[in-house]
Amino acid sequence: MSDTVIHVPTMQEKIAKGETPDILFWVGCSGSFDDRAKKITKAIVKILNHVGANFAVLGVEESCTGDPAKRSGNEFLFQMQAMQNITILNGYDVKKIVTGCPHCFNTIKNEYPELGGKYEVIHHTELVQQLINEGKLKVQGGEFKGKKIVFHDPCYLGRANHVYEAPREVIQKLDAELVEMKRNKANGLCCGAGGAQMFKEAEKGTKEVNVERAEEALSHNPDIIAVGCPFCNTMMTDGVKHFNKEAQTKVLDVAELIANANDL
Amino acid sequence: MISTIIFTIIFLASSLFFVKNAKKVRRNILLGKDISIKDNKGERIKTMVLVALGQKKMFNRPIPAILHLFLYVAFVITQIELIEIIVDGISGNHRSFRPTLGSFYTFIVSLIEILSVLAFIGTIAFLARRNLLKIPRLVKSELNGWPKLDANLILIAEIILICFIFMMNGADEVLYSRGFSHATDLNDGSFNFSISKHLGPMIYGGMPTEGLHVIERIGWWGHLLMVFGFLNYLPISKHLHVLLAFPNTYFSNLKPIGSFTNLFEVTDVVKPNFDPAYQPVLDPNAAIKFGVKDVTDLTWKNLLDAYSCTECGRCTSVCPQNMTGKTLSPRKIMMDTRDRLVEVGKNIDANKGTFVDDGKSLLGDYIASEEIWACNTCNACVQECPINIDPLAIIVGMRQQLVLEQSSAPTELNGMFSNLENNGAPWQFSPADRANWINEN
Repeated sequence: MSDTVIHVPTMQEKIAKGETPDILFWVGCSGSFDDRAKKITKAIVKILNHVGANFAVLGVEESCTGDPAKRSGNEFLFQMQAMQNITILNGYDVKKIVTGCPHCFNTIKNEYPELGGKYEVIHHTELVQQLINEGKLKVQGGEFKGKKIVFHDPCYLGRANHVYEAPREVIQKLDAELVEMKRNKANGLCCGAGGAQMFKEAEKGTKEVNVERAEEALSHNPDIIAVGCPFCNTMMTDGVKHFNKEAQTKVLDVAELIANANDL
Repeated sequence: MISTIIFTIIFLASSLFFVKNAKKVRRNILLGKDISIKDNKGERIKTMVLVALGQKKMFNRPIPAILHLFLYVAFVITQIELIEIIVDGISGNHRSFRPTLGSFYTFIVSLIEILSVLAFIGTIAFLARRNLLKIPRLVKSELNGWPKLDANLILIAEIILICFIFMMNGADEVLYSRGFSHATDLNDGSFNFSISKHLGPMIYGGMPTEGLHVIERIGWWGHLLMVFGFLNYLPISKHLHVLLAFPNTYFSNLKPIGSFTNLFEVTDVVKPNFDPAYQPVLDPNAAIKFGVKDVTDLTWKNLLDAYSCTECGRCTSVCPQNMTGKTLSPRKIMMDTRDRLVEVGKNIDANKGTFVDDGKSLLGDYIASEEIWACNTCNACVQECPINIDPLAIIVGMRQQLVLEQSSAPTELNGMFSNLENNGAPWQFSPADRANWINEN
């Protein structure tokens, strides 16, 4: 995987040049600031550049969707964030958004419309699936050919919005062995991060949720645990470390699988 | 004649008593905040038919689903026989429908008998699952005391009811074959009911006719009293789900379950900051309470959820926090909500129709904030509920109460809030650095 300089136009630059991007890439806080998640962001950008997509990001004009505030009961803060973002998005007349995070995806897709933000919103695994189906993106197995991959459903992508097949179809294009955990799709088990748990200590209990989930994933002895959410990524990575399995099992986002397989 | 009078009195009294208690349940549910659920009638009926009538979500777990189906179908079909019992009871006749319905009558009663046997098997299995096999979700601490007794009582009552049915039909079969049944004699020598034509002679064949008349009456009256008793037991039991599952699934949330309600009270205040043309709708001087402290802060749908809950614990068994030893249990949230609502209802009854502050509230006295803060909002509980109950709506409402009214969020979350407010991200990064990733290697 080449880490050369990538080109990422901002909405502001595009508009200044008189161009209208077809799609806005909503990066999200994790994808912007978290070192691990930034790699996922770059993988998504590489895919977008590879297919010659006419896209842009908001850059410094982007702000948290308000998801963690809303899930933890701070409705004022959520709506302040939402309306601020909606003002910017509507100002650029954005029509279509692809997100790098299922939480951003769910919030913009389901909670923004009532507040005045109506867009076509897709998750990046859906974008990749569409690009493959349209023939714009060819995927070869590359380094993942024959590898055993388990996919962990992010709650806000799967159960909350019924996107189960897009990430699976994409993984299957890698000529890899896709293994299902017992708790999958609608019955998927949370990684432990949702509901703003990412930002606080867990209540007193007997086990951490991410350890429970990582244990289930590792019981299949996978080469890779594939995820579609930067928070799941953090939780599953920590879970794998808990069992000292980081040498055998990597935690990778679906976008990274595609970018790496195609050597983008 | 006397029995007709006694029957009519019992029938009317139990019906009136049920109506009185049902009205009380309805009154309690309507203590909740008003919301309008009048959209998508077609989709709602479809959901009700699939989920309540068709038991669709039950079949995610096939073993209890099949056992439950035996009881469910037996319960529904046996109600047909009840119509005849009521007609017989009031008219003083015996097996009023048999002469006119003929072989169809034999078919229906035979079907009821087969289903009764299946229900008997199901009931024994359910008792075993609760008391011998101790299936984890059926022995959790929130079931200690009345909930456990409630579940066992109804199963035992089911067994007794089935015994009454076979006492009635079995003894009557022997009487009929001897020409002593009070049913109209069609000169066919046997009722030919699938089970009792064998079971009757086997058990009662050697008994004298007078004794059989007594047993037949015990079966008949016993069956009847069990049914009327069950009807009046429903309002204080988790078995209210046999009725409320239908309206509860009809009023299901049809939106994607990740979509949380936007509080209009908040929108009305926030919106003018972004849209100067927006005119607030709500009176700025009116005191607005945010979130859920007590049952009256919940919507009537949340309260209908609580009354509909059958305490099966599927929600709790899939809760990531509960399975890792935390105190959060979605089932407990629903049970506490119902218990508190019943308490508020009794308070209103005792105080001539108005609630007198008892210094208690659902959040605090029944549900601890520790339970509320543990939730992952993963929606597993919502997904799992066989009758579309939404415990998460109550949990999020309580978080709103804790944050917006009591300012008592966990310290780390308050830190996250101020980061979000100042930096537009849940962490302490400068918003000016948000696009730095573009030029980093």
